Amino acid sequence: MSIFKSSFFSDDTTLIGKIRQIAWGQVFLLCIFATIGFLSLYSAAGGHIDPWASQQIVRFGFALGILVAIAVTDIKWVFRIAYPFHGIVIVLLLLVDIFGHVGMGAQRWLDLGVIKIQPSELAKMSTILCLARFYHGKELHEVKQLKNILIPLAMIFIPVGLVVVQPDLGTGLAIVFGGIAMLFAGGVSIWFFVIGISSAVAAIPIAWQLMHDYQQKRVMVFLDPESDPLGAGFHISQSKIALGSGGISGKGFLEGTQSHLNFLPEKHTDFIFTLWAEEWGLIGGLFLLFILGMIILYGYWIAFRCRSQFARLVAFGLTINFSVYVLINIGMVMGLLPVVGIPLPMMSYGGTAMLSVMTAFGIIQCCNVHRDTRLPKGF
Amino acid sequence: MERDQEKLDSFTRRAFFIGALQGVALAALSLRLTWLQVVEGDKYKTLAENNRINVKIIPPSRGQIVDRFGVSLATNLQNFQILVTPEQVENLEKTIVDIKRFISVDDLSIKKALRQAKRNAKFLPVEVRDKLNWDEVSTIELNLAKLPGVFIQGGDLRSYPYKEATAHIVGYVGRVTESEMDKDKSPLLSMPGFQVGKSGIEVEYEEILQGKPGSAEVEVNVHGRTVRELSRTASTQGDRLILSIDAEYQRFVQQRLTTERSAAAVVMDAKTGAVYALANHPSFDPNIFTGGISVMDWEQLRDDPAHPLNNKVAGGLYPPGSTFKMVTALAGLEAGVINANTTISCPGHFDFGNNRFHCWKHGGHGTVNLTKAIAQSCDVYFYKMASALGIDRLAEMTRRMGIGSDLDFDLPETKAGAVPDTAWKRKQKDKVWHPGETINASIGQGYMLASPLQLATMTARLVNGGKAVKPWIAGYSGNKQLYKVSDDDLGFNPKFLEMITKGMEGVLTQGGTAYAMQIKEAGFEMGGKTGTSQVKRITKAERAQGIRRQEDLPWHLRHHALFVGYAPLVDPRYVCAVIVEHGGSGSGAAAPIARDIMLEVQKRNPAIKAMEQT
Repeated sequence: MSIFKSSFFSDDTTLIGKIRQIAWGQVFLLCIFATIGFLSLYSAAGGHIDPWASQQIVRFGFALGILVAIAVTDIKWVFRIAYPFHGIVIVLLLLVDIFGHVGMGAQRWLDLGVIKIQPSELAKMSTILCLARFYHGKELHEVKQLKNILIPLAMIFIPVGLVVVQPDLGTGLAIVFGGIAMLFAGGVSIWFFVIGISSAVAAIPIAWQLMHDYQQKRVMVFLDPESDPLGAGFHISQSKIALGSGGISGKGFLEGTQSHLNFLPEKHTDFIFTLWAEEWGLIGGLFLLFILGMIILYGYWIAFRCRSQFARLVAFGLTINFSVYVLINIGMVMGLLPVVGIPLPMMSYGGTAMLSVMTAFGIIQCCNVHRDTRLPKGF
Repeated sequence: MERDQEKLDSFTRRAFFIGALQGVALAALSLRLTWLQVVEGDKYKTLAENNRINVKIIPPSRGQIVDRFGVSLATNLQNFQILVTPEQVENLEKTIVDIKRFISVDDLSIKKALRQAKRNAKFLPVEVRDKLNWDEVSTIELNLAKLPGVFIQGGDLRSYPYKEATAHIVGYVGRVTESEMDKDKSPLLSMPGFQVGKSGIEVEYEEILQGKPGSAEVEVNVHGRTVRELSRTASTQGDRLILSIDAEYQRFVQQRLTTERSAAAVVMDAKTGAVYALANHPSFDPNIFTGGISVMDWEQLRDDPAHPLNNKVAGGLYPPGSTFKMVTALAGLEAGVINANTTISCPGHFDFGNNRFHCWKHGGHGTVNLTKAIAQSCDVYFYKMASALGIDRLAEMTRRMGIGSDLDFDLPETKAGAVPDTAWKRKQKDKVWHPGETINASIGQGYMLASPLQLATMTARLVNGGKAVKPWIAGYSGNKQLYKVSDDDLGFNPKFLEMITKGMEGVLTQGGTAYAMQIKEAGFEMGGKTGTSQVKRITKAERAQGIRRQEDLPWHLRHHALFVGYAPLVDPRYVCAVIVEHGGSGSGAAAPIARDIMLEVQKRNPAIKAMEQT
């Protein structure tokens, strides 16, 4: 009976009904997370709302509107555009690569005259949607067939290849992580992962042998940045000093000496977590991690309550995407992971990242609102 | 339905598994944070009370740039700046008033400092004044106790002793822009006041010149002021860069150009490609760029109709006009369209289809062979030949002579120009090539665009026996040779080259277009070719208004004057290309400059003196 009841409610297709179905708890957590970001940006500017915090607040307000708008959009529509959207994104990535070469150097933006878009941001989402659409139409035993492993792999690695040559290693890695997690959740045989991972591990020493000295050196610095304290390791050493000196209760809001005395680089972008944890200490740092954990947990909760495989996988995949970013960024500033140069979504200063994260949560919310909607199996 | 349940179960199991992994990862981050802030935190915490240890980067000194004899073209001066950290003072304006009690600060710098303080984050120091002398430095140092938040920083200031004369070669440095910082994440670039190359050799050899930063571990107090230095690794100065330029000669050439409103000249070695002088007039003083150029200066440079910022030698593109005729001649000889005995009769015009193409000489040249055609610059001879040759063969020869290529030249401002042919026109204009356009191209008009540098290279390849020489400027960094003498044989028949150079000799002997500009000193004689390239045709309507001569037109519509030359006549060593923008005629405006600079270079003879090394 309870199934019927909930289906009755979520079939309420009026706008008000849909808005009521949004999991406001997660939106509230996102607001807390964003506020932590505003405070940190305010502090990064030495106690000024300009130039960073003010802009970020405006962007967040705008992005919140987009989140709600996407949340109430009919999921059938999202379902239908999943394939064409991925196709368009791949074309856009190709265009960026071609025009990027003409413009010399790395170029991630595509100027469409009216708006500038960053297709690599779109690729993260489109890959998830495309894979979810694929697995939605397949039965479990079909998923285990070789053909149905190769197609999703192509869906992942074509955009990854195009993103990596831009070159944007961080985003490429995020798409791979998200995609592999989708394969796993979609039901691909465990053996595939066992063989995949073990052959990757086995390939490492061979690849190492094939590399030139200078390439090996570069990899070593990448893995252990502190061996190059003035180059790649400079940021990490400074970040650890700032974090460590924060202590349990922190130095207090606006009192983060390491950040303010200019020794922490990129404090308003990639290293914003460091600034927060220096000023608010272990308590603030753990609180932030707790909030992040809750946001992620909410994502899982939404995924589990969806009735269609599509909505389930979309909510799951986008949650994974978010958490991959969060884990890599925080791991990096703590010196646990190599420096890949990816921002902390929402908190780091930047409009595109903010918009793309909130769009992703909008889609997750859309899955929640339409959790009982039936979607067709075939095309 | 059952199948759906099965799917859900599988998803749930697996999602739980991944969720658990994420939980572990989050827990690991929490543990790491605890480790850093609680266990290891004590290490930093004791220092956090009063003093802190930090690593400071010591910026390296920029490498020197010198000419071929070791004369300094870019060097570093000590520059002491007085800086204030806004965060550490109660009132910035009051602090500046305090500073003014000890040293002079002009109102403009005060305004700039206040504006900067408003824009930047409060912890970033702002510069109140730079270029402090020793007295001022010591006065401030003595009174630092009365000036909290104020400190003095010693740094390098790039200086260019030859000023305008070498501006387009050496280039200049400037503050790092945000996009440069994005490209190169090295913390060195984000140091306040650090400068990088922005144009010319300074930017092309940035890596060599920049050097390696050092570091110092310092203890700082709560105000961020250094209390004590714990250890230091010195920085390494960038390598010294030795150029092929002869600085004194460069200055001479630059001076010589100042008689014109806008002109450019390059002199290079016909055998090695070493550039001895590369000058543009008007020019600019690169010293005004170091430490930030004022808006007024910048606008003045930018809006000057003679474009002082442009390197016209390497980056200016012009229709080569008659200086191009040697290429047409060589193409015709190599293709067998003409030979040593070919003569034509020039009635002063050439009819092709429905069009009549005029020779520059109204009554015509009468009977003309190749030597005379070059010496007297008979257009009809080349019209006729080119109509038989066709554009594609002409274009192929043009490219072999180095036109249409950046020649791997070391200045980033270098442009490749355009060598039109049928494929080019289809691609660029989406139109079919008209044979009439070949006629125009034969005398270097129409779509053809070349830089003076390319014209000098072309001349070098004609007189050095057909070697594919390329121009270069950077000779050595330290002991490392940066240049390469390209002497691949282009495979021309030496007899053909001799015929052409004979024509070029004729230009400066009796009857030639530039006879009046010949060098009279024995042994220093030169050969060459004049060129006058059309900017705008005088229209019928203008003719009706009485505009007949170039001088009647506004300056920017007059013809460009060009000259390419080589010397001495036997075994030529030096080649030059001169352009006088809107100068009228090649023989009248460009040839006299070429005569003077070619005589001077032979007297100085930089080619026979070995380049200074290390």
